[in-house]
Amino acid sequence: MKVLAMTALVGAMTFVAPVAQAKSDLVVGLQLEPPHLDPTSAAAGAIDQVLYANVFEGLTRFGPDGSVNPGLAESWDISDDGRVYTFHLRKGVTFHDGSALDAGDVVFTLDRARAEDSQNAQKALFAGIESVEALDDLTARVTLAQPDGGFLFNMAWGDAVIVAPESIESIKQSPVGTGAFRFKGWVQGDRITLERNPDYWGEAARLDSATFKFISDPTAAFAAVMAEDVQAFPFYPAPENLPQFEADPRFQVLVGSTEGETILAMNNALPPLDNPMVRRAVAHAIDRKAIMEGAMFGLGTAIGTHFAPHHPDYVDLMYLSDYDPELSRQLLAEAGMAEGFTTTLKLPPPSYARRGGEIVAAQLRNVGIETEITNLEWAQWLEEVFRGKDFGLTIVSHTEPMDIGIYARPEYYFQYDSPDFQALNAALSTETDPEKRSELLVQMQTRIAEDHVNAYLFQLAVPTVADARLRGLWADAPTQATDLTGVYWEE
Amino acid sequence: MLQYGARRAMSLMVSLLVASLVIFFALEIVPGDPAAYMLGINAEPDTLAALRAELGLDRAAPLRYLDWIGGMMQGDFGISHTYRTPVADMIAERLKVSLPLALYALGLSTLIAFPAGIWAAQRRGSAVDLGVMGVTQLGVAIPNFWFAMLMVLVFAINLRWFSAGGFAGWEAGIGAGLKSLTLPAVALALPQASILTRVMRSALLETLGEDYIRTARAKGLTRGQALRGHALRNAMIPVLTIIGLQFSFLLAGAIIIENVFFLPGLGRLVFQAISARDLIVVESVVMLLVFAVIVVNFAVDMAYAWVDPRLRGQR
Repeated sequence: MKVLAMTALVGAMTFVAPVAQAKSDLVVGLQLEPPHLDPTSAAAGAIDQVLYANVFEGLTRFGPDGSVNPGLAESWDISDDGRVYTFHLRKGVTFHDGSALDAGDVVFTLDRARAEDSQNAQKALFAGIESVEALDDLTARVTLAQPDGGFLFNMAWGDAVIVAPESIESIKQSPVGTGAFRFKGWVQGDRITLERNPDYWGEAARLDSATFKFISDPTAAFAAVMAEDVQAFPFYPAPENLPQFEADPRFQVLVGSTEGETILAMNNALPPLDNPMVRRAVAHAIDRKAIMEGAMFGLGTAIGTHFAPHHPDYVDLMYLSDYDPELSRQLLAEAGMAEGFTTTLKLPPPSYARRGGEIVAAQLRNVGIETEITNLEWAQWLEEVFRGKDFGLTIVSHTEPMDIGIYARPEYYFQYDSPDFQALNAALSTETDPEKRSELLVQMQTRIAEDHVNAYLFQLAVPTVADARLRGLWADAPTQATDLTGVYWEE
Repeated sequence: MLQYGARRAMSLMVSLLVASLVIFFALEIVPGDPAAYMLGINAEPDTLAALRAELGLDRAAPLRYLDWIGGMMQGDFGISHTYRTPVADMIAERLKVSLPLALYALGLSTLIAFPAGIWAAQRRGSAVDLGVMGVTQLGVAIPNFWFAMLMVLVFAINLRWFSAGGFAGWEAGIGAGLKSLTLPAVALALPQASILTRVMRSALLETLGEDYIRTARAKGLTRGQALRGHALRNAMIPVLTIIGLQFSFLLAGAIIIENVFFLPGLGRLVFQAISARDLIVVESVVMLLVFAVIVVNFAVDMAYAWVDPRLRGQR
């Protein structure tokens, strides 16, 4: 036993030493592990969190503020009718396996994503493409069936990153991209390691290597940050710990915005929620501030429609659904529901839903609406609520950027069927004039807020806890990515 | 002995078959579609269909059951729905953490329990006995995940002797690997050691009341000599039973501890696989654990026969 104790002690002492020297590596904690490493064939945000911008790049890419910037395409020309995009690729870009990027890879990527047997989780992004062809090595031409003002934006998604036919077979286990980092190794259940790509076409990454460590338990995440086992934890899962990190000079806390509109979704096809007056009553019964305080420890930005408040086209429509229980009761009475009613409230696992759900239930009870709460795992939620549409109310965060278009799909789980809105959405998809687009977006936001399709709660915030000396991390999350290309340690 | 062994082996096979049926068809009933989980809320119906076809989920359940069982007999556990790698490789990788962790914890537990149990039994009613009983009472009562968090707080966050979790990997060296398993093993071993100590003590005390011990004492052996020479072997049956149960528990039941220390073990694999509806992984791991439990029970049965020769002749 003594020998054991001694070795433990020696081990412990060697472990304490390396603190002061200049660092060029980074361990990032993430709550969820990617199921596999192909961003173009799964919805899991965890894949993009590790690989987007770091390992894989698209024709265009998201900037820290959500803007769409040139990526592998240096520039592009758009035909006058808005249907033909000619992308000029950067010269001298190579994949991590040494093969050169050419227009053929673009053709391969886009054709694969829109093929009949495609497994792309966002196939709709590519639905408008009529044909893709390589004009020469570095020029690719994409022809759309009709003009699409959102096309360049679509091409910036993680689901649209450029992959090569040479490495597609093994992409799920060893991804080969063009990014500033290349994939080094994956210990399943534990970590993924990336290393700097010395042959990167752009400005080289400043970190030599980056390790993503997967820590699902919020308490363990706290311990790992406190013990400095991880030096950055984006999407930190326990907001209640943030004040403690803020008070500790070893750490910095960044709170940014996401594209996640968190809503109390209502089944628009299920009585009595099919009555707009009842939905309006539900919306007025909700106190957003209490939910953000109670479920998110104050993080988040209240929203009055399904649109990100940091977007330039956002309009504040919260006056349409102010917290007003008196009005809510009155509306219920007018709808012939003076006695209130009972419905289901089905909650997926994230804490905004589970904690928020309890508060929502209490607020609804206050106006006479009883809810039966059921907690569901994601797989069950997808099956019962999303696919089966067997629900009255549910709470979920829609994390896809610019997804107001889902309201134009009458079969979508909340089943909002409004020809007016569908016409607006159709007009938007073919409109390329920025000013007119903006106007349409305002009309769309207003339409769904006035119809009280859902009760709009808040824009999900993303807290990142990091070592105080770390620079270049993104505070906001315009897409679910951890872009490390500009991250470095302050000397 | 041979006949005894053969009969046990036969019941082992039947148990495994029944277990495989129960596991497979119970999971079939659970709602949730692995393809829908993978592709999320924006997936088009034809994309889902394409993925389901690739995963083989469009085939009838009994056929898939036969494939699964047939493959497993040849050591092929199938391909994971989400990770898309052979399940056998994934399990092998996770066993490199789970098996050493279970053995480490079991070793600690036995190393503590044997001396403590014997000591307490030898000095029944003394301060030592009372002390051991008190400490073990506490050890049984404390939830191991709470104890684990406490250790993380003290040894990882304050003293910085260990990292708060994670597994260094055996390629980093045996020492580094063992070090990262130390806190989890201690957390797992504490309640097990407490239980084992108490069982050891009471089993010894029971045998100490037997006639043959009185005879041995009458021949002039001290209490300690009689205990070590005669009582210990006879007290082994309940102790072996507990050790067998504990090993199975440690192998299968470390899920919470693996989560607290974010270790890439079997428990976490099952946990992730259940939420992703990666049924083939869940089925195979559960089957493996059932197999392990049955084999351990078989080994314990064999060990009974070894410590107690009377069992060998029994029909």
